[in-house]
Amino acid sequence: MALLEVRDLEIRFHTDDGEVRAVNGLSFRLERGETLGIVGESGSGKSQAVLGLMGLLADNGRLRGSVRFDGEELTRLPRNALARLRGRRIAMVFQDPLSALNPHLTVERQMTEVLTRHEGMGRRAARRRAIEMLEAVQVPDAARRIRRYPHEFSGGMRQRVVIAMALLCRPDLLIADEPTTALDVTVQAQVLRLLRDLQQRFHMSILLITHDLGVVAGLSDRVLVMYAGRACEEAGVRELFHHPRHPYTLGLLQSVPRLDTPAGEPLRAIPGSPPSLLQLPAGCAFAERCPRARPACRETPPAMREIAPGHHLACHLEPPP
Amino acid sequence: MLYYALKRLLGALPTLFLLLTLAFFMMRLAPGGPFDSEKSLPPEIQANLDRKYHLDEPLPAQYLRYLGDLLRGDLGPSFQYQDYTVNELIAAGFPVSARLGLLAMALAVVLGVALGTLAALHQNRPADHAVMTLAMTGISIPNFVLAPLLILLFAVHLGWLPAGGWNGSRWQNLVLPVIALALPLVAYIARLTRGSMIEVLRAPFIRTARAKGLPEHTLILRHALKPALLPVVSFLGPATAAILTGSVVVEQIFGIPGLGRHFVQGALNRDYTLVMGVVIFYGALIILFNFIVDLLYAVLDPRVRYR
Repeated sequence: MALLEVRDLEIRFHTDDGEVRAVNGLSFRLERGETLGIVGESGSGKSQAVLGLMGLLADNGRLRGSVRFDGEELTRLPRNALARLRGRRIAMVFQDPLSALNPHLTVERQMTEVLTRHEGMGRRAARRRAIEMLEAVQVPDAARRIRRYPHEFSGGMRQRVVIAMALLCRPDLLIADEPTTALDVTVQAQVLRLLRDLQQRFHMSILLITHDLGVVAGLSDRVLVMYAGRACEEAGVRELFHHPRHPYTLGLLQSVPRLDTPAGEPLRAIPGSPPSLLQLPAGCAFAERCPRARPACRETPPAMREIAPGHHLACHLEPPP
Repeated sequence: MLYYALKRLLGALPTLFLLLTLAFFMMRLAPGGPFDSEKSLPPEIQANLDRKYHLDEPLPAQYLRYLGDLLRGDLGPSFQYQDYTVNELIAAGFPVSARLGLLAMALAVVLGVALGTLAALHQNRPADHAVMTLAMTGISIPNFVLAPLLILLFAVHLGWLPAGGWNGSRWQNLVLPVIALALPLVAYIARLTRGSMIEVLRAPFIRTARAKGLPEHTLILRHALKPALLPVVSFLGPATAAILTGSVVVEQIFGIPGLGRHFVQGALNRDYTLVMGVVIFYGALIILFNFIVDLLYAVLDPRVRYR
């Protein structure tokens, strides 16, 4: 049984401008100990999808579909039962560690409260566990620095604190939403390596949300590419990078700037911009920007189908590109 | 920290000096004098009075004399209350006003913050609309309307509480004036709290706290309240100074022997020294409370450091 199984997830937001269709029928599975990277540009619905499955949508958001975590249907769980799961079995690491930490509370307070809440630990025991975890993420001088406030840490150290905080209860699933985007490149590499080591050590599954293909390549087992709230391609990480099939995935890979391109050559980009989530096209959402779109593409949205073992694609083109 | 406090207090001196200089000359620019009355006094008596209070000297000389007295902590004799010095009048009135003001302020903060938080948690739902309508009403109804209404209801119709007087600060005498003073403040604080609480609840660190599975009350009390109170605290500084020195209207209506009435009475009577004394006292209090607010900022927000 998969640890996490999401089926036909739909997320809508009611706004003054109309209904924003952020996620439109997303399905995926995540096995124990596995890392799934979800890639997409801003507004592709990747962040809202994970916030939705954790029950953290904004007040105007509505979720439909099924989210099974370890056999339990999360969408039918009462609020406080879901809250008991969050931070204990499912933990989350956010993009910007500075704004993700409360500036008014010490690191110790923010860490120990997780343990007192979920494991009923006393202050002292919780403090000891928190220091251990800070050491595990290689925060130097943890016993002393735990008494500090977040602003007294550097960006990389802050993200380590956020990661340590997420791991306190040894979660089965870690959701990392752009965990390295706000960091310097050198620090990014350190944090990625740290995440990989911790995953081995604690044997957890990671759901990695990012727009950075480099980050995906470094950490994921499988990759799911999202566009306009739908999955358009899903495959093992090597397969996807070596044999990308969806025109959007191809465009993404070709847009990655390379050091070996001659100077003066313009950076490549996918022309056009994603469709408005207020008014999605009837057919394939990528058709407007797709260099190979045919009339059929604009009529019905393509369904996911398996084109090679473990390689799924949602595209009308025949034979597949 | 100590250095900062010292710097702040020294920095306040020029402000106070400017304030008292302006007040002194503006007071003298106003037509009339402390001993003008319907019947004009015989010139000899007028001259005697002027000499006694040094009103016969040129204005700059009076100003310098006043400054000299002030440096010794002497605010001078009251022109109107013959046998009292201004120091004595302030010493008698301030404790009364301060007791009333502190009670009103405490009530306003507790109620205002609670109501504002409640409204923020039910944003755009009935509870929110109810609190905000109440707050709007509280802000719009002036003291001089509210106080008589309170008296009419609780003293005249129901007969539960006295309509006025002080009686050595028996609690029955305190209730109505405290409510009259507090209600507009409750309304104001509730609105401030609601606004900042709504903003704080949208902050990413609140989402983190939710992702940690913390229960809602921990979320509000431990994570959201402190940052949400910052704007309230900066409002409280000057507001506390104002309310401690007494409300002219409320003290007048309830017949309370506080400091507030000296503001108006002193000005109407051209009681130069009394007006000056009250103005300087009020100014010093405002400076003091703004200083306290800055210190409170450092308590509420660890990123704030003073040196």
